[in-house]
Amino acid sequence: MSGADLGLALSVFLACTVEAVEALTIVLAVGTTRNWSSAMSGVGAATLALAAIVAALGPTLTALPIDVLRVAVGGLLLIFGLQWLRKAVLRASGVKALHDELEIFREQAEAARAAGVRRRGFDGYAFTIAFKGVLLEGLEVAFIVLTFGANQHHVALASAAAGVAVLLVIAVGFAARAPLARVPENTMKFAVGVMLSSFGTFWGAEGAGASWPGGDAALLAIVPGILLVALALVWFTRRAVELQAVEGLEAGEGTVAGPGSADAREQAAVRT
Amino acid sequence: MTRIRAFAYGVWEFVVGDDPWTALGVVLALSLTAAVAAAGTSAWWVMPPAVLGLLALSVWRAARR
Repeated sequence: MSGADLGLALSVFLACTVEAVEALTIVLAVGTTRNWSSAMSGVGAATLALAAIVAALGPTLTALPIDVLRVAVGGLLLIFGLQWLRKAVLRASGVKALHDELEIFREQAEAARAAGVRRRGFDGYAFTIAFKGVLLEGLEVAFIVLTFGANQHHVALASAAAGVAVLLVIAVGFAARAPLARVPENTMKFAVGVMLSSFGTFWGAEGAGASWPGGDAALLAIVPGILLVALALVWFTRRAVELQAVEGLEAGEGTVAGPGSADAREQAAVRT
Repeated sequence: MTRIRAFAYGVWEFVVGDDPWTALGVVLALSLTAAVAAAGTSAWWVMPPAVLGLLALSVWRAARR
């Protein structure tokens, strides 16, 4: 297995674990408060839909000319990766609240209880919420599996890494019968953001006609380079928040201004 | 028509998300790389600073909101 293959498998595994943990929280919430069989039917239907998307688009993507594929995949991975990384930097620096599975579980369970009478047979609410939760969380994984897999011509390896992650999360989740709040989701999202941005940079440039010095070995410089800059951004942003807080206190405002004032909007988007 | 518009909006939200400027920056950086490569000179150096700059700008904009 080459370094690029290892990076592919690791990126897909981490991304899939994070998304599977989030989907598991939703399924557990509707399953425990509403109806397990309907929730699991929703999970099954969403899994089939995701498998169909990967099976349909995988061969189409691998049939594209390599340069076209690389520039398209590189661009999309970069757009995706930079979004993941920005949110991870904002969370790590304290501007945005950390992802809290227990809090999300409580909110989902409360919404499920408030949704009306529980049905003994098929429960449309439990089915729909579980289906949407798994499908929406799974779409990001399907996208990563397809782009990474098609570009390396290893859709099977990417699918296997995703499958292992899902099975692991399901096994641990159902053994614990609780949201997996102790999974270091924010750290994992940070790592996935770095990997997606690095591979996006590498493939995008190659697809656009550039040749990297050292070929694939350039990734050994790109990955740590993006990681270091992201960590520096965390440090600078955290310092800016602390300075704003001190200035706010000195001015007698009693509240934190500047980056902290983004809380209302950022908190609303915290579960994205 | 409404369904097509809703689908297009969903795809836009899924791919571009809440930061269209970063997406635009990525497209411009890749276009510049292609232009430099087409001119027959080394073009690998375009993407790394562009990506790091886009990340810093994106974080800065979000933190200021």
